[in-house]
Amino acid sequence: MYLSKDEEAILEGSRGEAAAIAMKLLVTIGDIFDAQRLIPVKSAQVSGISYKTIGEEGLEFIEEFARKGATVNVYTTINPAGMDIENWREMSVPEDFARKQERIVSALQKMGAKPTCTCTPYLLPERPRFGDHIAWAESSAVIYANSIIGARTNREGGPTALASAIIGKTPLYGYHLEENRAATMRVRVKANLENELDFSLLGYFIGKNVPDKIPLIELEKSNLNEVNLKALGAGMATSGSQGLYHIKGFTPECKQRVFDIGERIVVERSNLSDIKESLSEQCSPEFICIGCPHCSIDEMEYISNIAVKGRFKKRLIIYTSRHVWSIAKKRGYLDKIINAGGRVVRDTCMVVSPIEEVGIDEVVTNSTKAAHYLSSLSRVKTVLKTLGEALEYARNGS
Amino acid sequence: MEVKLRGRGLVKGIVEGEALVSSQPISFLGGVDPATGIIKERGHELEGCKVTGKVLVFPHSKGSTVSSYVLFSMARRGTKPLGIVNTVSDPIVAAGCVLGNIPLLDKLEMDPVKTIITGDYLILDATEGFLIIRRS
Repeated sequence: MYLSKDEEAILEGSRGEAAAIAMKLLVTIGDIFDAQRLIPVKSAQVSGISYKTIGEEGLEFIEEFARKGATVNVYTTINPAGMDIENWREMSVPEDFARKQERIVSALQKMGAKPTCTCTPYLLPERPRFGDHIAWAESSAVIYANSIIGARTNREGGPTALASAIIGKTPLYGYHLEENRAATMRVRVKANLENELDFSLLGYFIGKNVPDKIPLIELEKSNLNEVNLKALGAGMATSGSQGLYHIKGFTPECKQRVFDIGERIVVERSNLSDIKESLSEQCSPEFICIGCPHCSIDEMEYISNIAVKGRFKKRLIIYTSRHVWSIAKKRGYLDKIINAGGRVVRDTCMVVSPIEEVGIDEVVTNSTKAAHYLSSLSRVKTVLKTLGEALEYARNGS
Repeated sequence: MEVKLRGRGLVKGIVEGEALVSSQPISFLGGVDPATGIIKERGHELEGCKVTGKVLVFPHSKGSTVSSYVLFSMARRGTKPLGIVNTVSDPIVAAGCVLGNIPLLDKLEMDPVKTIITGDYLILDATEGFLIIRRS
């Protein structure tokens, strides 16, 4: 890979030991993928923040990296942590876990990363623009940025995203190159998608059946709002390895060109029902967990409108970013949800917090991603319902 | 018997030692105990084997990107493998080798997993990009 004089110097240590390691990491990844050179990125989103996910080894690394003087060179945001950083005691998070979690976030802040603690950096005011090169980890954010915004990022991991944050660059390969962004198969959807769960199921179905293709999705009339698109991508990136999809007549790159592809699959309602069944178990959960990916302000508004109808009989937990949390507080949504007995938790989610340790073993959710990871990572039983159904379940107690 | 194979040196360094070969992918997160260097993945063909001080040969890694941090941690605790030889390396193992300063070689002229057997003596030169296999 070609390196400029500056980049060579960083590799030799001109910006200190941490930057040299970060540069070495990027060069090695570039070598694997035959990248010609490094390109600047506008932002980085670092994953692997929760102590539950990265454990002692991740904590050791991040702290040592901070001690060696690592500092970020671009706008850098971070994934959810394992707890609400301010209100962890209310979540009954064990003290030892909390202390270690605080050390991880503070080491990253010392490097200059923003403690956004969300998987939805595209909902922040600093959202990327069409054509921007970025280095994002967190598969659901990657697929949203590529597909809906038309920004360009590979599916980074925690260490590579952190290296890009420090250097401000990424190797030029994969989704950064125009020729790798074209659709490679057609997905004709013959079901009418009515809500976010339908979109989440469709995403999961596509990822599971064509895990490494870039789909061009052809939909019948559907409500392509932010909430539904968030669910579609998160589902797809959970069961598949793709970081990009197109929707005919809608997504930005689809409007710019025509894709010439023959291969095609058809999706019917029964395919979606099968996925729903495979991710649901027979149980009557006491807990309803919403917010995978983190709830947007529109979802907070919807939930608050249901909350004013009466108290929740079951235990409702809403996960969101501290950014959306503060807007929801200002607009009064938060009080409405809390007054009805719901809880709103920032900075974390049902997947990366120690949910079993706090006694949650059965959950209703509206996210295929949450259902997938709750059952595989945490051995929690799940039931999939739409947001509307889940809130009714919470209100009626059955 | 001695064979020399050319390959792609991804993380530089020269080491020599005994080979430990797995035909299955390895997940360092959850699959290897960083405190002891012993493979603990249930049902893995190398379950119970110690990677410390060996040249570890496997096709590629699998699982979470957190695996990179596990290789770093093994380096700190002195339980890391001497070097790694892959059929084709992936970003997770490559990042781990950078962080743990472990020489890494891949894309040899012959598939290392099929060519090398556990116990072979290996000279791994990831700086020049070659591997020497000695079998007595």
